[in-house]
Parts: sequence; structure tokens; C-alpha cells
Amino acid sequence: MDLMSIDYTPFLLSFKLATIVTLILFVIAMPIGWWLSQTKCRCKPFVEALTSLPIVLPPSVLGFYVLFALSYNAPIGAFFEETFGIKLVFNFTGLVIASVIYSFPFMVQPLQGGFETLNKNMLEASYIAGKSRFETLLRVALPNIKPAVLTALIVTFAHTVGEFGVVLMVGGSIPGETKVASVAIYEFVEVMDYPQAHIYSAIMLVMSFSVLLGVYLFNQRHKRRIGVQ
Amino acid sequence: MLEIKIQKPLKGSVGEMHLDVDLSIEEHAFVALAGPSGSGKTTLLRILAGLETAQGSIYVSRAVWQEARTVLPPQKREIGFVFQEYALFNNMSVEENLLYVSKDQKLADELLEMTHLSALKERLPTTLSGGQKQRVSLCRAMMKRPKLLLMDEPLSALDPVMRTKLQQDILNLHKTFGTTTVMVSHDPSEIYRLAERVIVLEQGKIVNDGTPKEVLLKTQGSQKFSLVGEILEIIQADVIYIAVISIGQQIVEVVLDSDEALLFQVGEQVQISTKAFSPSISKLS
Repeated sequence: MDLMSIDYTPFLLSFKLATIVTLILFVIAMPIGWWLSQTKCRCKPFVEALTSLPIVLPPSVLGFYVLFALSYNAPIGAFFEETFGIKLVFNFTGLVIASVIYSFPFMVQPLQGGFETLNKNMLEASYIAGKSRFETLLRVALPNIKPAVLTALIVTFAHTVGEFGVVLMVGGSIPGETKVASVAIYEFVEVMDYPQAHIYSAIMLVMSFSVLLGVYLFNQRHKRRIGVQ
Repeated sequence: MLEIKIQKPLKGSVGEMHLDVDLSIEEHAFVALAGPSGSGKTTLLRILAGLETAQGSIYVSRAVWQEARTVLPPQKREIGFVFQEYALFNNMSVEENLLYVSKDQKLADELLEMTHLSALKERLPTTLSGGQKQRVSLCRAMMKRPKLLLMDEPLSALDPVMRTKLQQDILNLHKTFGTTTVMVSHDPSEIYRLAERVIVLEQGKIVNDGTPKEVLLKTQGSQKFSLVGEILEIIQADVIYIAVISIGQQIVEVVLDSDEALLFQVGEQVQISTKAFSPSISKLS
């Protein structure tokens, strides 16, 4: 079998999904990670437990709740369909929403961890210089935790590419719409098309490894350049 | 004129205590805050900067920084702050660290010139020595032309030679910019050289307040030559004993008789005095 004859649509779909989810999560999760790293609020453990839930919940449980919440029978799903005429399940939009929830901890935790390692006096020096919290976040905090930002982006991306259970529950397997690479592999195995499953799996494996290797190489170089604090 | 009336309960290293300070400081003064660690010096400095909350009021030349209802955030106070561990922005070059505070290129150039840092302005902070970092931090604190310059043990992480150099820089900047300066320090020689007033805090209260001469020179008024030191070791040599005592950065030996040797213990703080009418003094080669 030659590589040109492989249908790459599921991969493209996986990457499109992962890119969109990563961008959305970076915007949503960054302020939350920042807040978690700075707050002394008593509610912090509850927020942390809530944002970490997707790590421990079986994807099928999460997928089930998301499916249930977004379907036409639930208020959210009904509202979107009646107001905007948008269906939220068994299409790409549903996948994006489900993946944002599912990958949330993978963005928040590295960012929060990075922010927590920052020298508190450095942030205070920025406040004393007259800069707001937001400006301090953008110009001082983020540039000083580049490895954590990169880790958060890549791990979120990789985790979204690698998800299976949630995607299957919420999206099903509609070619070109919700049939991402992991689902495609599952279906090849189900119909015993092992050669195709092998090729798909090998591509996923090599790509995942290269991405992670890239991250660790960058982080090592960065540490050497900026000096470990 | 700086008027401070501040109360705050603190959990110090020796249990609960109450920071209770009522203090006024003249404009353009250089004041040292001294006292044992855990006495509330740093907390007082941070309250002045707006980095910590407390009950009470702070007025700076008739402007309200803190009162019953209003508490100005650090952003709105005209202060410069020098941290013990520099706290530079590691993602910015030396020059960018200064320009981040204010886009006043002329002032930045001037400050870097004054502190002999011009050649290093493109460098990242992580490539600098401790003394260089603290000079950058000092320059950065001056970029807002602050009314009040606050320094939290700025030189304690540096070696003695570098300290002396930086003390000169601090004094120059204090005079050139006419700031009111409050510095936390443990080093008597540093306080003596820089400050015109020393305030000693203990357990959150002011226990001494005066000129460095009044506060630091314990032999004031007598002809005695007296130093405070710590006993490092007591050695028996035949029938006499020798106490090895550290005074400042020097080690000296003092002869004790056997009765005296029983009185003292290693680790004790002691006063060494002699009624020398004219101690001999000579230059170091």
C-alpha cells in the first residue's frame, strides 16, 4: 500500500480540532491559572478539584454528561438550537465544546504551576512600577514562564489529538465532520483492516513522540539560556 | 513629611505579636530600620509600599496613601522599592528593566551612567553578578523619580567590598533625587555611613529612635573602648584560658583566668572593653 492512497481526512480533522481547542483554552485557562496561582481564597481547592475532574473521570462519563447537556432535550442544547439554529451534538461544534472541557486541566495545570514558580517580588516590582495586574501578566509573568506555556500548549494539543472516548460519545463517527484519527483507527480494528490501523497508529506514534521531544529540547535549551532560578 | 500610624497583628517567629508603629519622618531624610529578625521591619516597609494591608493611616506630604476607607494600591504610590533578592525582570535586558517603569530614555541613560552600568545595558539580568543586579534594581527604583525610596536589606547578599561601593551609589542617588529613603539594615557600619536616623523595632514596637551615634555607639560618653562579640571557642592553655571571639568580621583572642572561663560559654554574646587611654591606630598596608 502506498502512502499517497491513505485518506488523511481524519488526521486533518484531528489537527483542526486540536488547534482550535488549544487556542480557545489558552485564552480561557490563562486567567484562571493566573488567578489560582495568586489567590488566597478559601474556594481555591474547590476550583482546583473542579478543573482537575476531567483527568480522573472516565471519558465516557464526561462524554455522557456533555452529550446530555448539549442535546436538544437539555436547556443549553435547546437554547442554542432555538436561538441560533445551531446543533451542538454529532457535529464539529460539539466536538470542540467537549474537547475544551476534556482538555481543560492540561492547559490550566502547567500554567498555574509556572505562575507559582515566579518570584513574588518580581510581580510586586511590576505593581510598584505602576503596572496593572493584566499588564504584569502579559509583560512579566508570561515571558518568564515560556517553558510552562509551551508545555501547556503542546500537551493540550497532543491530548486533544489523542482523545477518543469523549469524541466518540459526543461526535459519533461522521466522515469529514467528527471522524478523527483515533476514531478511524478504532473502526479499522473493528472491521479487521489491520494494515490501515497499523499505518494510522504508526503515524500517531511518530508524530506524538516528535512533538514531545521538541518540547523537552526547547525547555532544556531555555533553562540553560535564562539560568535556573 | 511622612506620617505613619499603623497597627497589624503578626505571626512572628516567636509567636503572636502586634505591629504598632507611630512615626513621622522628615522629607529628604535617610532613615535606617534596624532590629532583630522577625521584629516587623520588612512588614512595615511592605505596608508603606501598599503590598500588605494594615489598620491605620499613612500620609505623605499631605497626600493620603492610607486612611480609614481609602487605601492606595502600590501602583498609585510614588515609591521605589529595592528588594533583597533584586527581583529583576529576567525576560528584559538591563535597559528594558528601567524603561519598563517609565519610557524616559534620558533618565535611564543618566542612571546607568551614574552607576557605571552603561556597558551592560544590553545584558540579561541572569548574566550579571549580585552587585550588578542590585545596582540595576536601584536604578529601576529611581525611574519613577519616587518621593519615597524603600529598601529591604538591599546589600545583605553582597560581599563587603561590593557593599561599600553600593553604599556610595545609594547615597549619591538619595542626594541627587532628593528622595526620602527608608532602608532596613542589620549592618551597623552601613547604617552609620548612610543614615541620619535609626529606628529600632523589637516585637513590632519602636524601642529606640535617634541618630546612629546615639543608638549604635554603646560606649557613648565614657572613655572606654568597647566592642560586642560572640565567643567562638574557649581553649585551655596551661593555667590560663584563651577565648576566641568574633567581633564584626574579625577574630580576636582574649586571655581569661580559670574563674572567668567558668562564667562564659561558647556562643554567648559578650562585651569586650578596655580602659585604654590611647588605643594605638595604624594604616593597613
